[in-house]
Amino acid sequence: MRKFSALTLLREGFRGQQGWGAQWRSPKPKPEYEAVIIGGGGHGLGAAYYLAREHGLQRIAVLEKGWIGGGNTGRNTTIIRSNYLYDESAALYDHSLKLWEHLSQVLNYNVMFSQRGVLMLAHTVHDVQSFKRHVHANRCNGVDNEWLTAVEAKAFCPPLNIEPGMRYPVLGAALQRRGGTARHDAVAWGYARAADALGVDIIQNCEVTGILQDATGAVSGLATTRGQIATRKIGVCAAGHTSVIMNMVGVRLPLESYPLQALVSEPVKPVFPCVVMSNTIHAYISQSDKGELVIGAGTDAYTSYTQRGGLHVNTHTLEAICELFPQFRRLRMLRNWGGIVDVTPDRSPIIARTAVPGLYVNCGWGTGGFKATPGAAHLFAWTMARDEPHPINAPFTIERFRDGYLIDEAAAAAVAH
Amino acid sequence: MLLIKCPYCGERPEIEFSYGGQAHLARPANPFELSDEDWAEYLYMRRNRKGIHAERWRHVHGCARFFNALRDTTSDQFLATYRVGEAPPNPGTGAPAASASP
Repeated sequence: MRKFSALTLLREGFRGQQGWGAQWRSPKPKPEYEAVIIGGGGHGLGAAYYLAREHGLQRIAVLEKGWIGGGNTGRNTTIIRSNYLYDESAALYDHSLKLWEHLSQVLNYNVMFSQRGVLMLAHTVHDVQSFKRHVHANRCNGVDNEWLTAVEAKAFCPPLNIEPGMRYPVLGAALQRRGGTARHDAVAWGYARAADALGVDIIQNCEVTGILQDATGAVSGLATTRGQIATRKIGVCAAGHTSVIMNMVGVRLPLESYPLQALVSEPVKPVFPCVVMSNTIHAYISQSDKGELVIGAGTDAYTSYTQRGGLHVNTHTLEAICELFPQFRRLRMLRNWGGIVDVTPDRSPIIARTAVPGLYVNCGWGTGGFKATPGAAHLFAWTMARDEPHPINAPFTIERFRDGYLIDEAAAAAVAH
Repeated sequence: MLLIKCPYCGERPEIEFSYGGQAHLARPANPFELSDEDWAEYLYMRRNRKGIHAERWRHVHGCARFFNALRDTTSDQFLATYRVGEAPPNPGTGAPAASASP
């Protein structure tokens, strides 16, 4: 792998930027691998990278039916935070946040992680009480989170409208200063480049059509659109299509796939210093380095695999944005799109073994998987390599739904997040 | 926005309806005899089908009644809507291709 540095940038500048080659190979699938990851998003590429780097696996493949980073990795609003209520969640998401803080250096690839702060707005007395509870719970868990009054929130984010006459006035906000955003494509590309350098085969345009099992029921290989591949370990990182893969071997999961939409405005000069979220009125907004305002909407009401949704969902979000930030009323929207998110009943993910030996699943990230990319990939690689969960992801099993040990962030947030 | 044909009121816009998830999940007849696995199956496990999906809707801002629908989750096209208690129509033969809007 060619190391990137200020010097290489300078050298290429003098050579007319002609020396940048492809950053990963496009190999043909080999007949056999030690481990195969299904899904070439950030989670899957990251898992392959950690399997190779931390667990010493030699022959690893990532199979992607489209192009890498083309699913939810390229469709989310890139918000990163770890201020979740329950101990299990706080440990999981903060593990990820700590990995984000060094990811660019570790991968030698600028993922443009920017800790600009995530402000979560409270609009009702219930919100205020709930967020203060989150602040205290987070601080007990060593996760930074602080309570701001409406005036303090406006000082932190000057475009914010805190007029008391609003339909949903801002009563205060919880601020996680370590939270922020990252460049979503760079995360997939950075992991792909680093994994490729460690010998991982990244195979695009290769759809899995079946999972093969031996006489004992254990995983023995895969059928794909590019031929059969033998392997004893399969890790599924297929997000909204996880149920489709797991139905091939009859593994039942508590997942439903919904469209989640996002949109961006025309690019403007820097006007927005942080990330603002409002769960109550469904508005999620930040400004990208290109200048576009990146806006997240809610999920559509129904399950779907179409990667699109109803325009009224976006309209609802824009109404909330215009109320919170009246100066954006005349901005035009440039693009909107949908991604398919796999939602669990408790809005917490599953990173676990399955009942089929050799088959592992990382799913159920719902509307909030991007922030967990490094952490999920790291823990999933551990689980696959050792055939047992890391202590951090041990509670995030499929069996928790049978045993009643839900990690109910759905109730904690009261809405999808 | 989808156009949805309520079997009682006719075609209405999606915002008049609320979604009720997978259809034809029968509440267990003998809840006290159910194992934990069976409870998990009934409460949480879902088919999440990519393709033709039987699902519940409620015309909450109209007649307020529940009904069922067959919808293709790869296109969001409704193949049929039918009343609670009726068997799902066969989308290949009998069902009228009802309202559809991507």
